[in-house]
Amino acid sequence: MRLPRLNNVILETTTKVVSYLILAFAIYLFLAGHNNPGGGFVAGLVTASALVLNYLTFDMETIEKRKNFHFRIMIGIGLLLAVGTGLGGVLFGQAFLTHAFGMFDLPFLGETELATATIFDLGVYFVVVGVTMTIILSIGADE
Amino acid sequence: MQLLVLAPLLFTLFVPLLYRRVKAIHVGWFVLLVPVLLFVSFLRLLPQVANGERVLQDLSWIPSLGVNFTTYLDGLSILFALIITGIGSLVVLYSIYYLNRSEQLGHFYIYLLLFMTAMLGVVLSDNMIVLYTFWELTSLSSFLLIGFWYQRDKSRFGAQKSLLLTVFGGLAMLAGIVLLYTITGTFSIREILGQKDMVAESALFLPSMLLILLGAFSKSAQFPFHIWLPDAMEAPTPVSAYLHSATMVKAGIYLIARFLPLYAVHDWWFPIVSGIGLLTLIWGSFLAVKQTDLKGILAYSTVSQLGLIIILLGFSTPLAVTAAVFHLFNHAAFKGSLFMMAGIVDHETGTRDIRRLGGLFSFMPITATVGFIATFAMAGIPPFNGFLSKEMFFAASVEYAGTLNWGFLLPALAVLGSIFTFVYSMMLFFKVFRGELQLEQLEQKPHDPPKGMLISPLILVVIILTIGLFPNLISAPILAPAVEAITLIPQEPVEIEHFHGFNWPLAMTLIVIAVGTLIYLSYRKWLHIYNHLPEFLTWNGWYDRSLRGLDRITTSLTRIQMTGSLRNYLAIIFIFIFVLSGGLLLTTDSFAFSTSDLAPVGWYEVLLALGVIAAAITVPFLTSRIAMVLTTGAIGYIVVLFFVDFRAPDLALTQLVVETISMVLFLLAFVHLPRVPKEKGSKSLKLRNLLISSSVGLLVMLIAISAHSTRLFTPISEYFIKHSYDLAGGHNIVNVILVDFRGFDTMLEILVLSIAGLGIYSMIKLRNRKEDDV
Repeated sequence: MRLPRLNNVILETTTKVVSYLILAFAIYLFLAGHNNPGGGFVAGLVTASALVLNYLTFDMETIEKRKNFHFRIMIGIGLLLAVGTGLGGVLFGQAFLTHAFGMFDLPFLGETELATATIFDLGVYFVVVGVTMTIILSIGADE
Repeated sequence: MQLLVLAPLLFTLFVPLLYRRVKAIHVGWFVLLVPVLLFVSFLRLLPQVANGERVLQDLSWIPSLGVNFTTYLDGLSILFALIITGIGSLVVLYSIYYLNRSEQLGHFYIYLLLFMTAMLGVVLSDNMIVLYTFWELTSLSSFLLIGFWYQRDKSRFGAQKSLLLTVFGGLAMLAGIVLLYTITGTFSIREILGQKDMVAESALFLPSMLLILLGAFSKSAQFPFHIWLPDAMEAPTPVSAYLHSATMVKAGIYLIARFLPLYAVHDWWFPIVSGIGLLTLIWGSFLAVKQTDLKGILAYSTVSQLGLIIILLGFSTPLAVTAAVFHLFNHAAFKGSLFMMAGIVDHETGTRDIRRLGGLFSFMPITATVGFIATFAMAGIPPFNGFLSKEMFFAASVEYAGTLNWGFLLPALAVLGSIFTFVYSMMLFFKVFRGELQLEQLEQKPHDPPKGMLISPLILVVIILTIGLFPNLISAPILAPAVEAITLIPQEPVEIEHFHGFNWPLAMTLIVIAVGTLIYLSYRKWLHIYNHLPEFLTWNGWYDRSLRGLDRITTSLTRIQMTGSLRNYLAIIFIFIFVLSGGLLLTTDSFAFSTSDLAPVGWYEVLLALGVIAAAITVPFLTSRIAMVLTTGAIGYIVVLFFVDFRAPDLALTQLVVETISMVLFLLAFVHLPRVPKEKGSKSLKLRNLLISSSVGLLVMLIAISAHSTRLFTPISEYFIKHSYDLAGGHNIVNVILVDFRGFDTMLEILVLSIAGLGIYSMIKLRNRKEDDV
């Protein structure tokens, strides 16, 4: 972003705190999606909003210096996950994108429902984060 | 038989090889073998055909569609095949001496052989689709031959004109063929002729007849399509002799003759066919007198002679058909030799303009003799063959006139046309070979051409004389089978007599000769009447104007609709949608209005709706982009509230975030844009836009109301509600539908997102690299 570097302590501190809250909410939305409002799409957007907040508060160079990450790669990972889930059904002799689910007894969590649809949703999540960030960052960084 | 048809085509493969490799020998000598061998083969088949045998051969091409390369040889076909190969041989021989080695001989002979195949295919095909294929091939090869000297503007113009007109007719003919197929269910001409009674009762009978006649008339240069033939004279003279006198222009006649038994029963057959033929005969011969170019005269003369043959086919009595066939044969002979004579004169003097020619008799005695015999045959003067067929023409018209009310007009008009024919024939001979020799006008001192060039016209002249003196030679073997093939009634060979008593035909011939001589002797006095004929009335003028007009109209139409302004295209699209859907809504009476299924409206919804309406109305009046974005965003957030109100939490969530992010994007992108320009459009433009947008809005509203009021099926959502947990293990139906029941859509949607993201990335990152190329 081309905003001048502001020495805004309140904003920076709030961002540091709020980012975790937003990210936690995003994870909640993602996991809750199958039974409550939420899902990969919204969770992805919310995650992106947390990231955008960071980019707005600290400027782009600062963040890029800390980590060298390309959101474009996330798009590819997301698509691979989604298609891979679809192909998983094919491996078991089912039609493309046939999902399976079941209850499993997991350590720490106890009786939990696991569904392959969640992996698919994860793909959606990745793509949404990747695309949103790619778009905003390319437009924002454009001179 | 198929091999006979395709032989010239196959030989074209060797022409370039021979042309390139064998430099010592004129490539025409090799080509000459083809038509000569074909001619001999057909000649050997002649006795069989004359005995009433029919040679039918089948070759599968597209059997599933009933399109097979079936050849059928009867009296009519073999007459044409003999003319095509016979004159073809003579023309090839003539062209060997006529065309210089410096010409592109390879091209010339390939086109010529192509044409020969096409012509043989037309006359030998029994299947109409195959016939049509060859028919268009004649148009194409004729186009190539007319444009042989493609460096000249006139050649290209003539080639284009002939192609446009003949293909126009060809396509009409194709439509006629398709109609015949729908009536009978077969493409075979024999089978169609076999069920002609059934065809005659069909409602498509008349349209198919008119369409096929249209094809025949345009090919045979009949009024008003005759205009392409004079312009086709830009072709090399052997081509004119072959295509435009003996063969291609007779394809239409072949077609009319072929379908004569089918269509002649109709009342309109005689008025259309004979009417057009008569008009062409008189108009063509009238215009021929005006021409000053040798080939121009011959072109118009061909037009009028073809008209004569077509008149006779219109009569469709046995006598008339015999006369038609006889004249067809005769015309091929004398017109071929006339063109060759014109070519020789051109070749030896450097001009074809009869105003510059004259007195060539003593310099070119052999050519002059050829010209004398051929022109007098054309004029219908005894003892040449033209006299006999013209007598038969008069006899047939007198005979047919007896059956009509205003019958006497028919022989009178026939005589009128023949008088002009007589006049231009005389001009053709006397203007060229008699009178003063204008040496200073000529490029070289004229003399008889090399012997090789004279062989072909001399052979034709011998035929003219032989038939003129002993016409019955061809009566039994050629004419009778041909007439039988046309009329489908067994024919006795007619006795053609030179002198059959003092009767009407003889009197008419005498009138023609007497009046014709008078007119010819005094033609200077009335030649100026041609100058009174305004350009406005000529068909060439109409042709040029219509082409130009078509050009202009399409250009301006394109200018009107293709403005390049996206706004106009949008307006057109919206108007189209409105007219089409609104029209459908009105005409099919599908508008429905029912309040039975409506939910109660609460004050909350009313408030939200008012908010949306207020924001939507505000947007067009705003002048700042930021305000526009914010107002649009307000609409988006109110929609979120709607979703909340209508109990769609997932949608509300998503809409909220998407709206926010897209607003951020809008603001990011619009920061760099200049201020909104002041709307420059006039009041009427604004009114137009208002009208379009409100009508589209109204339409969508009406459709929505109708769609809501007509519920034909129970919605599928019941199933999803019932089975979302036991089939997919989730309680959130929306999410279950998105990732499980309809997961495929979601997968493609994230693909769309990815493409959009990468697209934006590449548009921005790769934009400046190659700025110079843009």
